[in-house]
Amino acid sequence: MQGDAIISVSGISKRYQLGHQALNDTLRDRLTRGFRAAAAKLRPGSAQQSATSEPFWALRDVSFEVQRGQVMGIVGRNGAGKSTLLKILSRITEPTSGRVRMRGRVASLLEVGTGFHPELTGRENVFLNGAILGMSRAEIVRKFDEIVAFSEVERFLDTAVKHYSSGMYVRLAFAIAAHLEPEILIVDEVLAVGDAQFQKKCLNKVSEVTRNDGRTVLFVSHNGAALQSICTSGIWLNQGRLAGQGSINECLAMYLHTANRHAEFTTPIPDKPHITSVKVEAKGSIRVEVGFKSPFPLSPPVVGITISSKFGQPLSGSNGRMAGDAWRPPPVREGVVVAEIKDVPLHSDTYRLSVYLGDAGMDYDQKLDVVEFDYVSPRFHPQMPPLQVIGNGDFGWRWSMGSD
Amino acid sequence: MSGPNESSARAAATEPQDDLIIEAGRSSLHYWRDLWRYRDLFGFLTMRDVKVRYKQTVLGVTWALIQPIVTTIIFTFVFGKLAAMSSGGVPYPLLVLAGLLPWQLFSAALSGSSASLISNANLISKVFFPRLIIPLSSLGVALIDFLVVLALYLGASIWFGRIPSWHWALLPLFISAALLLAFGAGLWFTALTVKYRDFRYIVPFVLQVGVFVSPIGFSATVVPSWRSLLDLNPMTGVIDAFRWCLLSDGQPFDARGISCSIAISAILTLSGMWYFRKMEKTFADVI
Repeated sequence: MQGDAIISVSGISKRYQLGHQALNDTLRDRLTRGFRAAAAKLRPGSAQQSATSEPFWALRDVSFEVQRGQVMGIVGRNGAGKSTLLKILSRITEPTSGRVRMRGRVASLLEVGTGFHPELTGRENVFLNGAILGMSRAEIVRKFDEIVAFSEVERFLDTAVKHYSSGMYVRLAFAIAAHLEPEILIVDEVLAVGDAQFQKKCLNKVSEVTRNDGRTVLFVSHNGAALQSICTSGIWLNQGRLAGQGSINECLAMYLHTANRHAEFTTPIPDKPHITSVKVEAKGSIRVEVGFKSPFPLSPPVVGITISSKFGQPLSGSNGRMAGDAWRPPPVREGVVVAEIKDVPLHSDTYRLSVYLGDAGMDYDQKLDVVEFDYVSPRFHPQMPPLQVIGNGDFGWRWSMGSD
Repeated sequence: MSGPNESSARAAATEPQDDLIIEAGRSSLHYWRDLWRYRDLFGFLTMRDVKVRYKQTVLGVTWALIQPIVTTIIFTFVFGKLAAMSSGGVPYPLLVLAGLLPWQLFSAALSGSSASLISNANLISKVFFPRLIIPLSSLGVALIDFLVVLALYLGASIWFGRIPSWHWALLPLFISAALLLAFGAGLWFTALTVKYRDFRYIVPFVLQVGVFVSPIGFSATVVPSWRSLLDLNPMTGVIDAFRWCLLSDGQPFDARGISCSIAISAILTLSGMWYFRKMEKTFADVI
């Protein structure tokens, strides 16, 4: 097996420095740090500057192999290390330790339209972007007509792209990328942009390319349906570590199973009622627990919640006041309020939760988009169109033949 | 249908095995080959910067001429009229313009290459390509502006009745010397700016001081007592060489000056290349 792998990743780790150093390392910082270190040596009691930068492991000891012609999806939540992994494989950044071997020409697409210049025309940008992605001038000239036809922006080819609609812009950019012919293609979340129909065209193009030419593809997306439709295998990253691998369906299942999130807060202003913790469980049902603390009894404690799509569109919200007589708990200074919905009319996707705290007449605290969670619907629809087309609501439509 | 097959066959033929190993601290085996493979990108980046520069301006490329013309007039007035410095029989405006040409080439190339990585940060964090292409392509932009002003000089020279001599044949050599000096310093500055933005303020300052410590508004021969001090500035040799080229008769050829400049440029470029290559793997993390 070892010999066949087109990509073999062994023990890759990546460390970033967090804190002052990474953000703002100017010469002055360098100099003052030097002085402070010297001063600390003179006064041993005051040595505390070591806390200004802490290491953060974006990836920790990740190993896997990809076979020729395999289309592998990478799943994991934001910050799990997916993008870092793709950046290492694309040679944008270097691993802190570990080794990667790739046998074939690599092209990566971490963003649609990298290097597009708004002042240049569509035609000029095709050449510029193509060259940035690694095509030679001759290659671009040869594929130019095909790219333009795919993008559907022929009429505007000699217009500066700053006058393009965002849809045209994305179509042109993707058309260029779709005509790359590497042996290994690395694609990040780029399909999250563009209209649904064009997305479908792009997905088809990607799967056509892999099927016909036996190309190897690594693909990151939050769109589970897209992953399922083009990937064969998958890996699951969690907090920088390889948490699982197998078929794409197994990986998605493992990943979505962990879809719980909670957040805790320590508020610097204790003289005001405030939210102390938020916890979401989303497996089949959705259960939200909101902890609060107040310097005076809240009569009654009122918690509000809003669930939004991952793009921030509010989908459903409620609060204790709306519940009327159904919500009459005794006044308390602290506690946990639970909100639950059993038969959730939503499709599987990533959602955001905002939380509010108040009493009968006043709002005191709010935490907007405080947790992001993945809801897994027990109803699986194999023929489901993208959510951009049908929306997040799963209202349980019933179908029947009308009597003619 | 022949398209994809033909090209993959071609790729297979020209690159029998594309074996890539990524490891911490390992520099690519194919650094120079990669650079060559991306040569077209060099042209497109230069084209982008040139085109974007004068888009939506009414005067367009004329802007490249306005600055040298105005500077020439001012320097001719200050050094030629007020200070009444000797030009050795050359029309004073020509003397100034011949000195201004290499200075502006150097100045544009240095400030362009020093700022190049930061202004292309979006590319660096999203795509791999040999990073060296970025500062290199900014030299191309400086060169194109230079050629416009050179055409102006040619016109002025003929207008003053001085026909170009065989000395012009050596001009490409001296253009390369000015570019090499800017490139060497630019490599250092641009790699340092990625981490220390302080250098964004240092470069304009260096260039501002440079105008006063280079023999632009006057001929280096009129200040013999300061000559050795002027020679510390590597641009002095380049400017003298340009004057010898462009003004032809009556100008001394100072082989020592230009060789010193080239030596300093070579040291700067080699060390700059070393530092750039050492740092380039961290650019995406730091920028």
